[in-house]
Amino acid sequence: MIFASSAFGSAGPAVLAEGESFHAPGPATFELPPVFEIGSVGVTKPMLQLFLAAAIVFAFFYSASSKRAMVPGKLQYAGEAAYGFVRNSLARELIGSRDFMRFVPYLFALFFFILLNNFFGSIPLINFPTFSRAGMVYGLAALSWIIYNAVGMRKHGVLGYLKHQSVPHGVSPVLYPLLVPLEFLSNIIVRPVTLALRLFANLFAGHILLVLFSTGGLYLLQNEGVIGAIAGPIAWVLAILVSFLELLVQFLQAYVFVLLNAMYISGALADEH
Amino acid sequence: MEGSVNMIGYGLAAIGPGVGIGLIFAAYINGVARQPEAQGRLQSIAILGFALAEALAIIGIALAFVL
Repeated sequence: MIFASSAFGSAGPAVLAEGESFHAPGPATFELPPVFEIGSVGVTKPMLQLFLAAAIVFAFFYSASSKRAMVPGKLQYAGEAAYGFVRNSLARELIGSRDFMRFVPYLFALFFFILLNNFFGSIPLINFPTFSRAGMVYGLAALSWIIYNAVGMRKHGVLGYLKHQSVPHGVSPVLYPLLVPLEFLSNIIVRPVTLALRLFANLFAGHILLVLFSTGGLYLLQNEGVIGAIAGPIAWVLAILVSFLELLVQFLQAYVFVLLNAMYISGALADEH
Repeated sequence: MEGSVNMIGYGLAAIGPGVGIGLIFAAYINGVARQPEAQGRLQSIAILGFALAEALAIIGIALAFVL
């Protein structure tokens, strides 16, 4: 019951009375009421979570790097391992050893910020993945879009960069009227949309699954008699299994977001053939 | 029959990514089977391909709820 009730923080009706019909979770599940108001702006739980995640990530890495001992203690070792993971396997592999260092701060901060915000969906009293609110993801995707376009334009010039992205190499000019708008659309217009949509939709779907299994199990247990008494706990076991899957998906989506960011930056920086 | 047609649309939309992800991981397993030392390099490519193919299925289920 404790598991189910902690998921109710974002489900709507806290306790289903006998005889009510089942409220299936939907987009309304994600509309959380404001916690407090500043002037006319309501501050909701996801907004507070963003600030909390930023504060925690900053505090962790600041304290991990404050001592700078030659022989690292445990905290410094963990911080260095985390930083090394993003710097080596993400930035250096994809962007190349020549100019990857400029982008490491952005990719590193982005990875751990997204990771912690995703994990908020699995942490007991919080239980709401921040990036299941689409607006927050589109902000991140807009920043990434500005960065990879600005980097490419600084290197190739505005027209040269657009030509670099839209005109594929090794294709006969007869196909250009077909390919150039398609490539332009796919590389410059659609990329931030899919980047954001992938992260948002994964977390949205995962959270809905968890809420469905938890509240559905409670509904079955309370309202469907003998069959419900068996099916309800089975739904809860499935909820536990799905939450393990959710942990994996949350890590993977943060990794893929940063991976694609690094790939887009390296694509913008690539030399002409 | 109650329910929404959105879910039928999602079910149909999930066929493609299902096949695609199967193909990606079949290629990954083949590659590692032929050359086990390549597992590290192939793993990041496999994860990237998985995320790109999965994105379509996930967009499907998200829009099935929202629209």
